[in-house]
Amino acid sequence: MSRTLVQKIFDSHLVDKPSLGIYALKTDLIMCHEITTPQAILDIKEKWGDKVFNPSKIVALIDHVNPAKDSATALQGKVIRDWSHRQEIEFYDVGCNGVCHALLPEQGYVRPGMTIICGDSHTCTAGAFGAFAAGVGTTDLEAAILKGIVFFREPKTMRIQLEGKLSKGVFAKDVILHLISQLGVKGATDHVIEFCGPIIKDMDMEGRLTVCNMVVEAGATSGLCCPDEKTLTYYKEHGITVYDFEILRHTWQPDENAVYDQDRSFGLSLLEPQVTFGNNPSEVKSISEMVGTKINQVYIGSCTNGRISDLRIAARILKGEQIPKSIRLIVVPATTEIQLQAIREGLAEIFIEAGAFFSGPTCGACLGMSNGVLTEGEVCASTTNRNFPGRMGKGGTVHLMSPATAAATALYGEITDPREVI
Amino acid sequence: MEITTKGQVYLLDRLNIDTDQIISAKYLTGITMNGLGLNLFEDLDLPGFDRKEPAFKEATILVARENFGCGSSREHAVWALEDSGFQAVIASSFARIFRQNMFNRGLLAIELSAEQIDEIFVNKWKNCLIDLKTMTLTFWSDENRSEKKTCSFQLADFDKQLVLEGGLVGFVVKHY
Repeated sequence: MSRTLVQKIFDSHLVDKPSLGIYALKTDLIMCHEITTPQAILDIKEKWGDKVFNPSKIVALIDHVNPAKDSATALQGKVIRDWSHRQEIEFYDVGCNGVCHALLPEQGYVRPGMTIICGDSHTCTAGAFGAFAAGVGTTDLEAAILKGIVFFREPKTMRIQLEGKLSKGVFAKDVILHLISQLGVKGATDHVIEFCGPIIKDMDMEGRLTVCNMVVEAGATSGLCCPDEKTLTYYKEHGITVYDFEILRHTWQPDENAVYDQDRSFGLSLLEPQVTFGNNPSEVKSISEMVGTKINQVYIGSCTNGRISDLRIAARILKGEQIPKSIRLIVVPATTEIQLQAIREGLAEIFIEAGAFFSGPTCGACLGMSNGVLTEGEVCASTTNRNFPGRMGKGGTVHLMSPATAAATALYGEITDPREVI
Repeated sequence: MEITTKGQVYLLDRLNIDTDQIISAKYLTGITMNGLGLNLFEDLDLPGFDRKEPAFKEATILVARENFGCGSSREHAVWALEDSGFQAVIASSFARIFRQNMFNRGLLAIELSAEQIDEIFVNKWKNCLIDLKTMTLTFWSDENRSEKKTCSFQLADFDKQLVLEGGLVGFVVKHY
């Protein structure tokens, strides 16, 4: 029988079907960060003898509040750090870490066909490599740390074909914001999306990571792109040797006549830059309807848009320019490597000379934890992934957009069409 | 959880309640699952909403609209509900991670149709009996205790087993 890509991954990782429609899957990789893992670590220590099923299948790090902002977050860091050392788990500490969804691919952990979980909803990002990657809660994480298995319902499948060619000034972020507006915030709940079509084929891996990152905002469990030449290019550019890439590329494709529960197609040649206007990520308008909206802060960063290509496009727009004194621009590379690269390429200098605060990596203000949280009545133009009420600070408003739109917005202190300044 | 549970209902007439609104990020800095109940729904600007009022304080069953628990995977949202005494959330739909987090903690996430949820809000039913044996919900109001409304609901066998066995970790250790 013909199978979709995710069906092949589920079948190949099947440990058990405890009841109808439930798959117990072998986990290839468990990623652990300091916000959602310590509770599992302490519970395992208390009840199950500090067990870990296989330390080599776990990667741990600090990313949400980096470095610690107070004693409470310092203790979270200590718990996961001590556990990693005790269990001989690979650990990325302050100084070599980054936002987990950006660090994981960059450090070469992700392969097509893998199953990856993390106590974080944006784990779906790694689907860009043709892996099944999904966010889970702490209890799922705890069970997986103990036994190496994770439970999912048999996914409904959705193929999304992206037709046409993106015009200048339109990026991966605009694509996914548009898709969420079309699917709705629960339009893909319990579905795994497989992306295809010329726009995905043309898109580099950093763009695909942005697209897959936000599928959860439409409710999807995961979003996958099939491994291809662009995947290989990413590995090469990051010095990651994948000896069996041709086998992986061949193995982890959907069958040609695979049947999907939903088959959607979107023509995007006429797509304009997209900006959110409301309180959930499906409330999206074209830039022309949003220009002129005053903002107090611009935030460029996060697991969605804190990679080097994002910083490059923002720097290109800000080079030699000054932001208005009335606003703040906060630029947060997603990993230490990206930060270093931005310094080496002179991007950091461009940002700082333009008037930006340029920091090391952290999830920080994206979820209102640190490093640029808003106060009542403030408006932020942000390259992050959520505009829920109070997401970046109680009473604050968030407009989601691409790094190009955010940089253009920073130039004028109001939402600005990036096509005018690129 | 027991095979039947009876409790007061709290009606939260909103859709797309994300986990940031259930428990704000500023309370994610702990290392245990305890003590989050006091901060449940703290940033929710809902007219007339006061978590100190008795109707909320004693409620063990929450009824909300569609896409409840969307957004962040933070299980803190479930722990906050649990800590403040909630055993079940009834909504017309849930986000996947939140829904599973509820079952994984041995709590109930029950889906009814949008029309059935509407009926609960319209009638302002304040009491509910959840029966996992007959798979039915029975609602009634304080004013008219003799008039009861019963409807059936469904759970995946797996999720029901997790609820009856007290959550996922015990289940996994026992069976795998």
